[in-house]
Amino acid sequence: MKILVAIKQVPDRDSPVRIDSAGKWIEESDLQYALNEPDAYALEEALQLKEKSGAVDGEVIVLSAGPERVGTTIREALAKGADRAIHILSDDLAFRDALGVARLLAEAAKQENPDLILTGLQSEDLGLGQTGVIVAELLGLPHATLILHIEKTDTGLEVKRELEEGWFQTIQLPTPAVLTIQSGGNKLRYATLMGIKRARTKEVKQLNAADLVPAATPVVVLDKIALPTKRKSTQILGGSPKEAAAALVEKLRFEVRVL
Amino acid sequence: MSGVLVVIEQRAGKIARINWEALAAARLLAAPTSITAAVLGVQTESAAAEIAARAPGKVIRVEHPLLAQYTADGFILALQQLIQSESPAYVVLPHTYQVRDYAPALAARFVQVLISDVTAITEGPVFTRQLMQGRLNGSYRHSGNGPCFVSVQAGAFPAETAPAAALAEIGTYTPTLDPAQIRTRPSEPFRAAAQAVDLGSAQLIVAVGRGIRNQDNLPVVQELATALGAELAASRPICDAGWLPMERQVGSSGQTVAPKLYIAAGISGAIQHLVGMKGSQCIVAINKDPDAPIFEVADYGIVGDLMEVVPAITEAVKAAKQ
Repeated sequence: MKILVAIKQVPDRDSPVRIDSAGKWIEESDLQYALNEPDAYALEEALQLKEKSGAVDGEVIVLSAGPERVGTTIREALAKGADRAIHILSDDLAFRDALGVARLLAEAAKQENPDLILTGLQSEDLGLGQTGVIVAELLGLPHATLILHIEKTDTGLEVKRELEEGWFQTIQLPTPAVLTIQSGGNKLRYATLMGIKRARTKEVKQLNAADLVPAATPVVVLDKIALPTKRKSTQILGGSPKEAAAALVEKLRFEVRVL
Repeated sequence: MSGVLVVIEQRAGKIARINWEALAAARLLAAPTSITAAVLGVQTESAAAEIAARAPGKVIRVEHPLLAQYTADGFILALQQLIQSESPAYVVLPHTYQVRDYAPALAARFVQVLISDVTAITEGPVFTRQLMQGRLNGSYRHSGNGPCFVSVQAGAFPAETAPAAALAEIGTYTPTLDPAQIRTRPSEPFRAAAQAVDLGSAQLIVAVGRGIRNQDNLPVVQELATALGAELAASRPICDAGWLPMERQVGSSGQTVAPKLYIAAGISGAIQHLVGMKGSQCIVAINKDPDAPIFEVADYGIVGDLMEVVPAITEAVKAAKQ
């Protein structure tokens, strides 16, 4: 089975969030980047599917769009065990809306004709939760979202989908298909030293975003960003940990009355 | 193109609160008489009557045997036809797992982009949604020529209540669907196992998040829970990593809790977690990041490393109980 995994490089969750002078995004110079966690689970699911099948023609290809810096995240995925990668070079992702980005990914995916396309259910930066579903729509493929587990069957796939409040369902669907992966279905692997070494020699095909799909006028525009305003007045208990703890216990005893 | 179409989600005839919030959000985009509410399925009479009592302009029962069970293909095709026939300027949906499954593709079919998980609608209209796991708000504008698709976050808008006066008229719409167009076969929903831990009835909860950093540090929060006589809970990443069982997870994919006291230690407060605990009577947040979104819902906050703060609280609780 040929599996394509769409991954995204996102600001590390511990990065400082400082709004840039244009007020449209955060200061990128402050940021460290990481692999979007739900995409890490998508990659893990793909690698396990390939290992389980044992087929010699099994292949896991990672696909990512973004500027040069995305290369480090691609190498990380290759070090974990992906066979090769496609990097859609783009400096203008911020000016493409979800449909614009999905068009890029769909166009690159078309050239590979995979049996299965996986991606995380959402990104940790924009949190749109739409890219995988739109890619399926653009490619005319069936899809399912919030998937925790994938089983290959004679006719296609059987997947476990998470519903709200602790409910699940299984879905059968034919291949090729697009699935968005929920975190927690598997235990993530770390790259081994051997993996890191081998990643250096693996193929990373570079495609130019502008050649793939010319940037169109976005349908939805992010005008500005701002820090959230507090809705509730939080009483901050200061001092040393011991002083703050004493103040809190005082509140819990005499105001909240739970002690 | 005019008016608003609100797509109401019913499950076995039951309509969750988030749908009334979507109806209220629609009021910010059009006058009540220009709001149409649609409900999809089979045997939707009673659901439609319940919706009509909340007085949108009109209620449409979108019925077809192939809509008895949710599939993305069935819902997208049915709604595509309904939207073409009604031609609304806005389509407002509740941001549920089901809507996340089909609405992005439905919007793309109209060459539009869903503005997902919206928390506020202001003059313009400008749509606010969260970025960077709730650490930032983004203001979005629709600039396409087609209908504008919006999904609203649970709890962000006050739910529309039933006025004493008039009921909306109820109509039906039958989409053209063919079994061959439905490519996925879903099973009936099931629960993994009987939940051994009922966090929902716990009076005191100590919850732990990524800030714990390492599984070996868990005893630190367990000791606080024991000292308080509280249940131990966690945010999703802790359960994903297998450090605590899934049944201890609080949030949209776990349990919803409303204890007297909820202590969130090292939990940043992504919306997926907040929806599961913001109804708690008293929320205490301990986090090293003073800008963490958890402080927005907390009554008391302590900014610091949980590895130092939590043991200090445990000691103080023990001393107070002596």
